[in-house]
Amino acid sequence: MGNDASNGVSEGDLEQNDGQQFGRLPATAAERTVEGRASREAVVDYFADRFGIAPETFDDHTFWEKGAGKIWVYGGSAPSPVEIEALGMTCLRTRQEHWKPTTDFVQRFGREADECVIELEPDEARAFAAGEDRDLERWDGDWGYLIAAHDVAGELEPIGVGLYVHGELRSMVPKGRQREL
Amino acid sequence: MEPLERYRPIVDDFEAFLAACERPLGNAVRVNAIKATVDRATAALEAEGVGYERADWNPRVLRLETDSPGSTWSSFHGFTHGQEEVSAVPATVLEPEPGERVWDSCAAPGGKATQLAALMDDRGTVVANDSNLGRISALRFNAERLGATSLAVTNDDARNYSLERFDFEEFDRSLVDAPCSCEGTIRKNPDALDGWSEGYLDEVSGIQKGILGRAVQATREGGTVVYSTCTFAPEENEAVVQHVLEAEDCRVVDFDLDLEHSPGLTEWDGDEYDSSLERAARIYPHQNDTGGFFVAKLEVTA
Repeated sequence: MGNDASNGVSEGDLEQNDGQQFGRLPATAAERTVEGRASREAVVDYFADRFGIAPETFDDHTFWEKGAGKIWVYGGSAPSPVEIEALGMTCLRTRQEHWKPTTDFVQRFGREADECVIELEPDEARAFAAGEDRDLERWDGDWGYLIAAHDVAGELEPIGVGLYVHGELRSMVPKGRQREL
Repeated sequence: MEPLERYRPIVDDFEAFLAACERPLGNAVRVNAIKATVDRATAALEAEGVGYERADWNPRVLRLETDSPGSTWSSFHGFTHGQEEVSAVPATVLEPEPGERVWDSCAAPGGKATQLAALMDDRGTVVANDSNLGRISALRFNAERLGATSLAVTNDDARNYSLERFDFEEFDRSLVDAPCSCEGTIRKNPDALDGWSEGYLDEVSGIQKGILGRAVQATREGGTVVYSTCTFAPEENEAVVQHVLEAEDCRVVDFDLDLEHSPGLTEWDGDEYDSSLERAARIYPHQNDTGGFFVAKLEVTA
């Protein structure tokens, strides 16, 4: 998962990624023109395979790369490539072995997820939002990046991304987003 | 408060106006419809014991009974965004529709740009521009926290803004929430009037005229431009709109606003303005217990 480089045209014909501009992701790996760039298909498949988020969720959105491996989800109109400060929101870090969704993406789209979602108790949720790691032996699902969620007024609400390894859930909430609640 | 004395002739019940300006302002938030309905947001507030009161004029504006509105789950989840009540006015006057192309020329820190995105159901394109690179990071932070995927952020001088980088040539609507002398924020920032001078009014009104003129040019015929400031100075409000009425193809149009307000001025300090400026709205702090604000709605005519 997270690596579809083998399916594209030969790497020698591809352009290098220009980290200063936004480039739209190719629909599939076969249409790739930039070396190492993830395809839309791979991104949408990742969200579906890992978290059970239906691919149709993103029908009105396009995906873009700026910087090395940083993927953005955008609902508006723009040509590719484009030099601009931001297009929509960052959603995923690629170009690494384990792809990693962002806190803000999970809060925006994570309600559609039904796999790899770990429900936290109130005190665990507060610790998670404050950026603290917690031992959580009760999880018997996949290791790796999970969506941490808690109950808000009777509905499950995603808080952010946690990394689950060796019985511990590590909060990935970025420093600037952490709050003492 | 001394600089405000010049408004004695134009403000009804001037003593009540001054008294309101002396009072600190409460904490208002806007419900972010991209992430939560009003019912969901208020249920979240109730669940964590935060009291609130709904604003009569806008169901998405809540007055919170807490000193730290940023330290609630509701805020952490992006259900609510701290935004002064009157600052939620211009986006509602612009009335953007889903799918449109909308320009927010002076967008940082993003409260109004994300409100535009929410009014459009986060469908379409909101180009959120700001000339100040330092403030762009705050704009981006808020856009991501509030889950706005329809925002494109640029860092340019709005006065000579180019659409060349985009795949469209004009906007359907534009918001010019201009940099200003901020007199109307005195209840939030007690030192807002400290650097006040008529020289500054001259300087900033030149910038305001440049941005509003460019916004009219960049908006399609039949499109809408809203001009707003958080100041009382007619030099930064009616005089700016008057200048653009003379220089560009546009007219001032009526709009509904369920907040108590006064009409725009048609004369000030020996200058006369077009009678259509009466269609603009001046919101004074004592009228609704808010900050001060000015809003004018323009239709582009060619």
